[in-house]
Amino acid sequence: MLWLIPALPFAGAFILVVGGSRLPKGMIPLVGVSSVALSAVLTLALAFDFVGSGATSYDQRLWDWLDVAGLSAAFSLHLDALTLVFLFVITFVGSLIHIYSAEFMSDDDGYARFFAYLNLFVSAMLILVLADNLVLLYLGWEGVGLCSYLLIGFWYKEEKNGYASRKAFITTRVGDTAMAIGLFLLFQELNTLKIHEVAAIAPSAWTTGSPVVTLIALLLLGGAVGKSAQLPLQTWLPDAMAGPSPVSALIHAATMVTAGVYLIARMYMLFELAPLAQLAVGVVGAVTLLMAGCSALTQYDLKRVLAYSTISQIGYMFLALGIGAWSASIFHFMIHAFFKALLFLAAGAVIMALHHEHDMFRMGGLRKKLPAVYWTFLTGAGSLAALPLITSGFYSKDQILWIAWAGEKGNTWFFLAALMGAFITAIYTARMIFLTFWGEEKTHVSHAPGVQMVLPLVALAILSTIGGFVELPHTMGHLTAFSDFLGPVLPGVTLRPGAEESEWILQSIAAIVALSGVGLGYYFYVAKPVMADSLKRQAGFIHQFWFSGWAMDKLYDLLFVRPFVFLSNINKQDIIDKLYAGIVSVSETMHRMFSFTQSGMLRWYLAGIVIGAIAVITIGLVS
Amino acid sequence: MNTVPVEYGLVLAGILFTLGLVSVLTRRNIIFMLISVEIMLNASGLAFIVAGARWMQPDGQVMFIFILTMAAAEVSVGLALILQIYHQLKTLDSDAANKMKG
Repeated sequence: MLWLIPALPFAGAFILVVGGSRLPKGMIPLVGVSSVALSAVLTLALAFDFVGSGATSYDQRLWDWLDVAGLSAAFSLHLDALTLVFLFVITFVGSLIHIYSAEFMSDDDGYARFFAYLNLFVSAMLILVLADNLVLLYLGWEGVGLCSYLLIGFWYKEEKNGYASRKAFITTRVGDTAMAIGLFLLFQELNTLKIHEVAAIAPSAWTTGSPVVTLIALLLLGGAVGKSAQLPLQTWLPDAMAGPSPVSALIHAATMVTAGVYLIARMYMLFELAPLAQLAVGVVGAVTLLMAGCSALTQYDLKRVLAYSTISQIGYMFLALGIGAWSASIFHFMIHAFFKALLFLAAGAVIMALHHEHDMFRMGGLRKKLPAVYWTFLTGAGSLAALPLITSGFYSKDQILWIAWAGEKGNTWFFLAALMGAFITAIYTARMIFLTFWGEEKTHVSHAPGVQMVLPLVALAILSTIGGFVELPHTMGHLTAFSDFLGPVLPGVTLRPGAEESEWILQSIAAIVALSGVGLGYYFYVAKPVMADSLKRQAGFIHQFWFSGWAMDKLYDLLFVRPFVFLSNINKQDIIDKLYAGIVSVSETMHRMFSFTQSGMLRWYLAGIVIGAIAVITIGLVS
Repeated sequence: MNTVPVEYGLVLAGILFTLGLVSVLTRRNIIFMLISVEIMLNASGLAFIVAGARWMQPDGQVMFIFILTMAAAEVSVGLALILQIYHQLKTLDSDAANKMKG
């Protein structure tokens, strides 16, 4: 039954591709939504079955895919708690987003194409998380990359969308290449790419911190960094907002960009053997979450704020992975998928209601006009800003903060980075809310979103509120349902001795930081809007620097694009080709010369023969 | 019997051959070119006869008969071709028959 989960969306995509626009318009969303919704129902049934049976994992071998020279990659699926969490998020959030898109995209020409891509994406993502070997995982990995490319450039008639999709594709390909090399190396060393076999062999094959395992882990990190838009490959994600809003919600917030987190969590045994690589994961996460947070502070485009915020939140997950807080990272992934999908969908509803207006400074006053969107957006934003006690984001982020401080691999720097990140997050979240929904109305609202769009928003708002209560900290209720569930797959965290007492202090610090961030946002954008402007003028350079995403695009342009264009300009005429062109021109010249002698004049031929004969005779006589 | 010295015969043959060659090269009328070729053939035939007389061998005369036969065949084929050219082109100018120009 497991195989049906990825197969259903694939079948949906197949029907939509073959049927295309020939299908009646009512059929298209029916096929698109129902295929994913059925997967979701199946996942739920499977989850009950799985938890009820008490098994730790379940395998299903479908067929052999590759079997060459010792490498056997079967098309076989593997289900365990980690996979189940991802399955749950992908299918449920995916179905909600599909329902939303049914209305959001209904006026678009490429209605069938959109659902075909979306279904294909869900199917590829499910294969990615269900794969029991790394080759199959790589298939899903590339599949989601392809769908991301297709969907970013969905409105391909505008040139900049095509540019954004190519940028995303090429940038992630850099990471994928690193990952492929990592897989080759892993296969060369262990002679297997099955995940559970790797897990079994790795600890005996390498000692902790040996160079080979560090190299492999770093290469895998390279792949994860590309997919999850972390430093230094994060530049594609803000541009990826060129795609429709449901795409941003599904691919660039909830699922695909967290594939890197999944990969690292799945291969955690390698990272445990390579403390250096694990530290690198944490440093990448910490730096990214701060940089992206600062950039989010300065953006005008509502969706770009959310994009940078996504990068920043995935930075939190990487940070958590880096300090060995495996289940905390997955917990934050789940909560983030709920509230960020919600925020993107709500942002999409706002943008649609305002005639494709993306600039937050031209929004405002939507609190009364779009109450449903406002309240759901507020719920999601509260979770993002980690408002204490009532939001799920608080519980997931607090866990990461806590382990960054008290965990065995945590340290003060990680903690301070995470705390600073939380503060920045609270500020830009407040800025977003106040600019978009408060103040006076600046753009006229054309039409409110219909029930098909509001329903997923409400469902996600509920999920992103109650989702946090499956795991409560020691000081409040001490519920560990989530980490217990992941227990058989991912190891727990060892805390430093004697750290427990300070937990409530840290929690209060985190709460105060989040609240003061929101307060600062209120002060700047509601109480004294002039202040924000004057600050922007005074620190114009920094504003510009952050606005451009720390000028990373310019840097890459200078470092890679220009030299490449320069080289290709030199080679435009194709230097190697000159040799072959030379051969051609020599033979053409000779051809012209000889065809000149073929004059058709009988007497010239005769003269030629005579001269030749005389020459031959002369040579014969002389020599 | 007084024999003509070999040199005389060969010089005569050479003169005849050169005359024929020059007129083949200079004449534009195909019939004259054919006649000149005949002169060249006879010049070489004469050279064979002279050589055969010099060494008292019958081979020279045998070769001459060969050349004679071949010349007859050549003339008949050549005349037939000339007739065709004339039919096609309404001229006997060999330079006008340059249809094989590459």
